[in-house]
Amino acid sequence: MRNTLLVARRELGGYFATPVAVVFIVIFLALQGVLTFNLGAFFERNQADLQPFFNFLPWVFLLLVPAITMRLWAEERRLGTIELLLTLPLTRGQAVAGKFLAAWAFCAIALALTFPFVITVNVLGSPDNGVIASGYVGGLLVAGAFLAVGSAVSAATKNQVIAFVLGVAVCFVFAAASYPLVTDFLSRNAPELATIARRISVAERYQGFVRGVVGLRDLIFFASFIGFWLFLTTVIVDHRKAD
Amino acid sequence: MTSSDSLQDGAPQGGAPQGDAPLIEIAGLSKRFGSFTAVDKVSFTVARGEVLGFLGPNGAGKSTTMRMLSGFMTPTSGTARICGHDVQTDAVAARRSLGYLPEGAPCYPEMTVLGFLHFVAAVRGFSGAEVERRVDHALDLATLRGVRLQPIETLSKGFKRRVGLAQALLHNPPVLILDEPTDGLDPNQKHEVRTLISGMAAEKAIVISTHILEEVEAVCTRAVVIASGRVVADETPAALAKRHPSGRLEEAFRQITRPENRGAENIGLETMGAA
Repeated sequence: MRNTLLVARRELGGYFATPVAVVFIVIFLALQGVLTFNLGAFFERNQADLQPFFNFLPWVFLLLVPAITMRLWAEERRLGTIELLLTLPLTRGQAVAGKFLAAWAFCAIALALTFPFVITVNVLGSPDNGVIASGYVGGLLVAGAFLAVGSAVSAATKNQVIAFVLGVAVCFVFAAASYPLVTDFLSRNAPELATIARRISVAERYQGFVRGVVGLRDLIFFASFIGFWLFLTTVIVDHRKAD
Repeated sequence: MTSSDSLQDGAPQGGAPQGDAPLIEIAGLSKRFGSFTAVDKVSFTVARGEVLGFLGPNGAGKSTTMRMLSGFMTPTSGTARICGHDVQTDAVAARRSLGYLPEGAPCYPEMTVLGFLHFVAAVRGFSGAEVERRVDHALDLATLRGVRLQPIETLSKGFKRRVGLAQALLHNPPVLILDEPTDGLDPNQKHEVRTLISGMAAEKAIVISTHILEEVEAVCTRAVVIASGRVVADETPAALAKRHPSGRLEEAFRQITRPENRGAENIGLETMGAA
C-alpha cells in the first residue's frame, strides 16, 4: 500500500509539474459549463437540481479521460523510465494501481472544482443535496471506470495518439451499450446480447447515482469493472514492458 | 567522491548470502525476438569484489543481457539470480539487492533531482531522517549537490547520467549493474566515476558495460566479451590483451569480435574453458 501511494504521489506531482493539469481542468470546467448552462438549459428548466450537469458528465469524461490515460504507460515507455520504475522493488500491481490512483485523484480534483455549480443551484433554490452528492459519487466512479480502460489501452502501445483514440473507442462502447441505438439493434439481431449490453453499460449504472440511488450492486459493478481492467493492465505491462 | 563505508548494510537487502556464493549467477540465459537470437545461452557468475567489464560491439546483446539480469526483460530460457534470488520468481527480493542504471539513464524529466532521489529512497523502503541521509550521500557520491533543485530535463547529458548513477547507488546495494555509466561524461567526470566504482569494488559485485576499453583496464578485474549474443571471451583484461600479438586490448577486442574471425574464436573459447 505504501509503495502504491508513493507511485501515485510521484505521478500526481508529474501532472502539476507540466501544463497537462491546468489545460485539462480548464477545458473540463469550460465544457461542463457550456454544456450545462447552454445545451442543458439549466436556467430555463427552472428546477433546483444538477440534472443537466450530471447528464453531460460521462460524455465529457469519455472525451477527456483518455487524454489523461494516454500518457499513463505510453509515456513511461517512450522515455524509457518504465525500465527504471519496474526495476525498483515494487510489484507490477503496485505500479499499476499507483498510476491509476494518481489519475483518479486528478479526476477527483477536477470534479471537486465544479463546486460553483453546487453553490449556484443552492443559491437559486433548495435542491436535494443528497442527490447531488450521489451524482458526484457516480461521476467519480464513471471516471474511474474509463481510467481503468484507458490505462489498459495505454499499456498496450507506445504511441500516445493510438492510446487516445482506442481509449475513446473502448470507453464509448461501455458508455453507449445501454442506449436505444445499441440495444434496439441488438434486440432485433441478437436478443441475448441486448441484456448483456445493458448489464455492462457504465452509463446505465451511472443513472442510478444521478437519481440519488447508491445501490450496492452498482458499487460492486464499478469495483469489479475497475478491478478487471487494472488486472488486464498488469498483465499487459508485464507481457509487453520491454517491447 | 568518498567511499560508501559509512552506509554499508543499512539497506534492506533481503538476506544476501554470505561467504563465497556468487552474488550474480547467470545460467544459460537466452533471448529470442522472433527468429532473431539476441542473447544465446550466456552463463557467468560474479563474486563479491569483482568488477566485470561487459564488452561487445553494438547490437551484440549487452543491454539485453543486463535487462534480463535486472528482471526487466523476461528471458526466453535460462535463469538469473541476484544474491540467490531468482529475478523472475523472487523478483522484488532480487531487485532490493540491486542497483541498476538502465541504458541511456532514463529519469522522470519534470522532477527535480532532489524530488526524484526522494522518490527512489522512499520506494527503496527508507523513511524519515534516513531518506535525507541517503539522498544526501547519493548527491555527494555523484557530485550533484549544485543541481539538486533543477528539473532533470534542464540538465546536460553528463548530469543526467549521474542522476541515474545516484539513483542506483542510493541504497548501497551489494550488486550493481551499470549500462554504460560513463557515456556522455567529460574526461574528468569519467575519472571520478571510475574512482567511485573502484572504491566500492571490494564489497560489491559490479557489472559495467562500456565501449571504452581503457576503462576496462582501469577498473575491471574481469572482461567478458559478447558477440552476436554469445560469450566469446571471459578472462582478466590483461590476459585478454595478450591474445593479440600487440598486447593491446583494443586489437584483441577487434580480433575477437570481427565477424570473419568469430569461427576461429569459438575454438579458442573451448580451449580456454578447458584450461
